[in-house]
Amino acid sequence: MEQIVFYILASMIVIFSVLTVTTRKILRAAVYLLTVLLATAGFFFLLNFNFLAAVQLTVYAGGIVVLIIFSIMLTSHVNERLEATGNRKKFFSFVAVLAGALICISTILDYGFKEKSDIEINTSMSKIGTDLLSYGDGGFVLPFEVISILLLAAMIGAIVLAKRETQN
Amino acid sequence: MENISIEHFLIVSTLMLFTGIYGFLTRKNLITMLMSAELILNSVNINFVAVNKFLYPENLQGQFFAMFVIGIAAVEVAVAIAIIISLYRKVRMIDVEKVNEMKY
Repeated sequence: MEQIVFYILASMIVIFSVLTVTTRKILRAAVYLLTVLLATAGFFFLLNFNFLAAVQLTVYAGGIVVLIIFSIMLTSHVNERLEATGNRKKFFSFVAVLAGALICISTILDYGFKEKSDIEINTSMSKIGTDLLSYGDGGFVLPFEVISILLLAAMIGAIVLAKRETQN
Repeated sequence: MENISIEHFLIVSTLMLFTGIYGFLTRKNLITMLMSAELILNSVNINFVAVNKFLYPENLQGQFFAMFVIGIAAVEVAVAIAIIISLYRKVRMIDVEKVNEMKY
């Protein structure tokens, strides 16, 4: 059963990410990206990372995709087709990407990972909360605080950048 | 999870990463390039989570790194879209090859 779900999600991810980068309609690209992100959340559910899957659904699928769709609506017409890329550029990019992917996949298959399947992973909400705010072993309080400052700075920066300049 | 090994997840995320790189190289529109960057970040998240689950299950480090990557991706998109919108207001287009106003 898990295998069937895995293969469905994996084929969804691969097909829709290819469609995201090849389609000529920009709004469709955003919707395909949304599908990829939802399938990734499915992966996280499959691996028992329920909290991370919820974060993925709310922040990525809920927040970022909506933001991208808003900016598409603000900057281009919905039915407008994107300018086609030159065949030469497409060909060389494809060759480079294919070579990179083949090297990576052959390395992954050769490496021989030693899986630890005897320990059950604990992803309960209480463990996540304790780890995120502890400064002991396996605690993440410093990056947690740093990212809160970063979010504040980005919020102010985005407001300043997108604000209409005052007429003088 | 008996029949699905870590290699399965890593291969899917590799394919997603290189699709994102292909999009980043071939697209000209700034928003579609941003979407390709999202694909790249997302594939890294799958890697973190798979390694956490299969190789180091005693801690949750992979999960926390994936969470921070998601947060940073949100920051990046917010700032990038603010830049794109103010750029569009100035020059009425968002093609990377034609926009060279910021150079000067």
